Amino acid sequence: MTDLTPVLSATWDAKESWTLDTYTDHGGYGALKKALGMAPGDLIQAVKDSGLRGRGGAGFPTGMKWGFLPPDDGGPRYLVVNADESEPGTCKDIPFMLSAPHNLIEGVAITSFAIGCNHAFIYLRGEVTHVYRRLLQAVREAYEAGHLGKDIHGSGFDLDVTVHAGAGAYICGEETALLDSLEGRRGQPRLKPPFPAVAGLYARPTVVNNVESVSSVPAIIERGVEWFTAMGTERSKGMGLFSLSGHVERPGQYEAPLGITLRELLDMAGGMRGGKKLKFWTPGGSSTPIFTDEHLDTPLDYESVGAAGSMLGTRALQIFDETTCVVRAVTRWTEFYKHESCGKCTPCREGTYWLTQILKRLEAGRGTGADIQQLLDTCDSILGRSFCALGDGATSSISSAIKYFREEFDAHVEGGCPFDHAASALFAYEPKAIEEAHA
Amino acid sequence: MTATPEKAAAVETVSLTIDGTEVTVPKGTLIIRAAEEVGIDIPRFCDHPALKPAGACRQCLVDVAAPDREGNVRPFPKPQASCTMTVMEGMVVNTQHTSEAADKAQKGVMELLLINHPLDCPICDKGGECPLQNQAMSNGRTESRFIDVKRVFEKPLALSSEILLDRERCVLCQRCTRFSKEIAGDAFIDLQNRGAMQQIGTFNEDVLNFDGYEPIGVAAEDESGKAFSSYYSGNTVQICPVGALTSAAYRFRSRPFDLVSSPSISEHDSSGSAIRVDHRRGKILRRLADQDMVVNEDWITDKDRFAFAWQNLADRITRPLVRGEDGELHEASWPQALAAAAAGLKAATTGEDAQGAAVLPGARVTLEDAYAYSKFARLALGTHDIDARTRIASDEEQAFLGATVAGSGLGVTFADLEKAPAVLLAGFEAEDEGGVVFLRLRKSLGRQQVFTIAPFLSRGAEKLDATLIPTAPGGEGKALAAVKGSTAASEALKAEGAVIVVGERLAGSPGALTQALALAKRTGAKLVWIPRRAGERAALEAGALPGLLPGGRSVTSASAVQTVADAWGGTLPTGPGRDAAAIVADAAAGKVGALVVGGVTPSDVTGPFAEALERTPFVLSLEVRRGEVAEYADVVLPVAPPSEKAGTFVNWEGRLRGFATAIPTDAMGDHRVLDLLARELGTDLQTGSVADVYAQIAALGSAAKGERPEVPKVETAKVDAKPGASLVLASWHQLVDEGALQEGEPYLAGTGRTAVARIAPATAVAAGIADGVVTVASAHGAIELPVVVTDGMADGVVWVPTKSPGSWVAQELGVEPGALVTVKGGVA
Repeated sequence: MTDLTPVLSATWDAKESWTLDTYTDHGGYGALKKALGMAPGDLIQAVKDSGLRGRGGAGFPTGMKWGFLPPDDGGPRYLVVNADESEPGTCKDIPFMLSAPHNLIEGVAITSFAIGCNHAFIYLRGEVTHVYRRLLQAVREAYEAGHLGKDIHGSGFDLDVTVHAGAGAYICGEETALLDSLEGRRGQPRLKPPFPAVAGLYARPTVVNNVESVSSVPAIIERGVEWFTAMGTERSKGMGLFSLSGHVERPGQYEAPLGITLRELLDMAGGMRGGKKLKFWTPGGSSTPIFTDEHLDTPLDYESVGAAGSMLGTRALQIFDETTCVVRAVTRWTEFYKHESCGKCTPCREGTYWLTQILKRLEAGRGTGADIQQLLDTCDSILGRSFCALGDGATSSISSAIKYFREEFDAHVEGGCPFDHAASALFAYEPKAIEEAHA
Repeated sequence: MTATPEKAAAVETVSLTIDGTEVTVPKGTLIIRAAEEVGIDIPRFCDHPALKPAGACRQCLVDVAAPDREGNVRPFPKPQASCTMTVMEGMVVNTQHTSEAADKAQKGVMELLLINHPLDCPICDKGGECPLQNQAMSNGRTESRFIDVKRVFEKPLALSSEILLDRERCVLCQRCTRFSKEIAGDAFIDLQNRGAMQQIGTFNEDVLNFDGYEPIGVAAEDESGKAFSSYYSGNTVQICPVGALTSAAYRFRSRPFDLVSSPSISEHDSSGSAIRVDHRRGKILRRLADQDMVVNEDWITDKDRFAFAWQNLADRITRPLVRGEDGELHEASWPQALAAAAAGLKAATTGEDAQGAAVLPGARVTLEDAYAYSKFARLALGTHDIDARTRIASDEEQAFLGATVAGSGLGVTFADLEKAPAVLLAGFEAEDEGGVVFLRLRKSLGRQQVFTIAPFLSRGAEKLDATLIPTAPGGEGKALAAVKGSTAASEALKAEGAVIVVGERLAGSPGALTQALALAKRTGAKLVWIPRRAGERAALEAGALPGLLPGGRSVTSASAVQTVADAWGGTLPTGPGRDAAAIVADAAAGKVGALVVGGVTPSDVTGPFAEALERTPFVLSLEVRRGEVAEYADVVLPVAPPSEKAGTFVNWEGRLRGFATAIPTDAMGDHRVLDLLARELGTDLQTGSVADVYAQIAALGSAAKGERPEVPKVETAKVDAKPGASLVLASWHQLVDEGALQEGEPYLAGTGRTAVARIAPATAVAAGIADGVVTVASAHGAIELPVVVTDGMADGVVWVPTKSPGSWVAQELGVEPGALVTVKGGVA
């Protein structure tokens, strides 16, 4: 039995956890002072040794990413924190920043010191104004306390932090689109190479890290590499936030070592809602192929989830019980991708437009025998053909749902949706007529 | 290939295999380009060799395998966009021809591109020459599987009066927006919205229908509030790979397969841009840019593209006209008209009281025409009174041109301009007066320092990131003299390859050309003269100037005169002759017996031109259209417009830009008409054919040592430009204006910039001008224009466009730039 390991979430239940005082009372900014006494190279090595992998979804080793920066040429280099959390199901960074913004800022300070950055940016999803306010307040407090600004704690290290609120586009979570948006341009992914490490923000070397990745750094420095590597599995070290949502008794954030299973997490969360049977779930948000109850014991680490045909992603576990129509769920996700497609490349722009129409017809009982094959073929025309990974993500739920629940799709073709939609709702719900498909 | 062997060896190359064929290309080449090298065509939409890679359409996906660190060739897991990936040594590429995966990927993308495409090819302008149509046939499925609802947009959307957008046809390749940003610098259009509703546009609120929110800030507009006021917008129509962008002038006019395409050269400016004339049953339907990598590359100006209606307007003349005893012009046969013309000219040039004839060929001439005018004046009329420069001109300019430009062959080239580390522009607005010259300079943005001696930083100069040396007209000589020592411009011009560009307007600034020569000598920078009109350089080469004979020979050099006289087999008059201004002034005073007028528009001429025509006993006009000159002419001989004759423009580089007849008609070029007329006068010019003229020019060659005019040494003028009651007039032609060759094309006219008067802030304050309409007045007349107070502008100057709507400077003010005018009104 795996236990919870609250690190990032350790202080969330403390009184006014978002304030500097609370954070400091719990040992906050100790890691920064320690880090400022270390050589930047040693910090990078420590993060490399810890095996910390990017918590934003792709799981790229964080220390290695830092190591890609070219040697210092005297010009500026930037740290950009990707806080544009927008994927359906993913809800870890926002509660984290709401509850422990100083943990992020300490991580930003240490990371900036390690990579030689004097101006860091936090690119926040624009809709979460409450988090924006908390971050602004925390940055102000940190400046006042000398954790940011000039000559931090007498180290000679200067750091400015800018919190930037985006305008609400999923694509801006893609790191190069984020950089364009941060520069004041239209948020669309850039051509790579050059990679951000070489020419990122304002064409300068830039590290783009997820909130959770950066925020994991202070604990690694404070408590040591061994402490961190003691958690997790062989190649997926450390702890992470697992966000349970949907048909569970106690949805929420469960911080546990990587490699924990959904069965264990469900036990902690009080099981499925009303004791119903698990039907399908996403291991890492809506862009990861769905799992079913076969995968209850799949260790939630990068390798095991990958081997089982999905991705660990952002550990956004959306849980759906037997009352849920998979076609309907997939349609909603696909509508999201259609709405959020930036439009730059043909496959994602046109493909999601087409997929949505087919799915809506299926859901409304106006499907044809050719539709399911068409869904698969269209997914095939998007997957691996689009400009960035968002197009790929749009196809995951469709192809995996057809893989596991093909007969349910067939049933929709034959006689429309067999489910009572009110039964899957968590509240009193009057199903609406399905709107006509249009652009 | 012009690359020297040493240079070729210096290029690092990479060898790879594409569809089993080994190919070696320079390092950094894109796969799609490397494939072209071996004749493998990969379908594409967003890719364009002159634009930066975008990777947006995904049509060019291919299978790629490349060696890893150990040298094992490993396939990429996904198909790669060949328009964004550069080649690697040992790479193995399989296109749709050899890879099922690539073929499937391409067919998939094509199917997706077509789901929202209207497939209205039968009524689409692009149908028949459409990359989407063609590639859908070659690389697409035979039938669409899409049975759902297509996205629709209201259509068409007028981006400007000329450019129309059918959004539902658009495949969002971004060629147009990338062209506008990267090449023209006119970022008036961009992507808007996202996903399937993403569209190209001008951020027009009425179109986007912002639902409950408003755009932040205003989209880029020019001063007139026009949204896509670019001189180069037509290029977006040509590079659009579908029928989304069309031009109002050509929309629904023709099918490409009904058109005959003839290569030609644009008659609109001195660049000599290569164009393609598409015509049907003798009528031009459209003109396109032809690729010519040494001159205009892939681009032309909107004037080059759209302004061709002038030659087929209702007032086109195809038969000679002779003024009868009733005082009216009547159609006549060629023999009758030639006889009448010869009689009139003979009367003016023979006899004791003969006042002589003078020739004003205009500056739209080909080399052949210019040569014929030059020879006609000297041999048939016995005069040096010939001047193609019916514009601001001076003796200093003639000396400068004769000494350093005429007969000098290919000098500074477009490539030299592009490579130049520093460029100083004096009396020359690259965008307004140079057309594609501007695009070449802009290509080097960020790698080239540009300085401009001008009254204010024009939009064109701003887009070149130019440093303004604020100068009132007339002060250019002083400004050039001040480029010395450790000034930024002086330092920059010392770099190897730096270029000084002087425009024809410098002729109006005494001493400026003298100082330009001195500056070139001082800094080692190359000097180039870029005139505005297409025929300026040809007129110069052919000696259609009062003091110059062909090849830069001075009429005052005995040996030069002898050489030409020998070659021509006749005697030359003693020179020099009168220049255009003197001819016009003397004619207006009744002191010229006959005028031979070519393509000169009276409203372009400062001075009493109408009076000159009126008072001259005999006026012969050689024109394409029955213009204003015809109203005074005694004989009008019709001549061919460029599309109906063969000839050679000489561009500012000195490059011969020969073109063949696009549309064969009975119309004759000026050179042939003059040949016939000279015979009637008893002189054989032997200018009847292009080949004859070419042979003569080749045999003449250029001036020998000592035969050229002296390099000018003219004292620099002092200009008294300061805020006050009188301001110095500054003016130049905007590219799209009311020039005679732009008549009959209202869609193009609509893209021109609104005429405004500009003055500096301090000058405005001194004159009590804030806003509104001002009256710019000379002793002769006045112009009313909205005023724009322009930051950074030279004080004591007022600028107005030369021939824009409501601002015909020569006709209304009757003075040249540099003159003093008054500015009143404009009180907010």
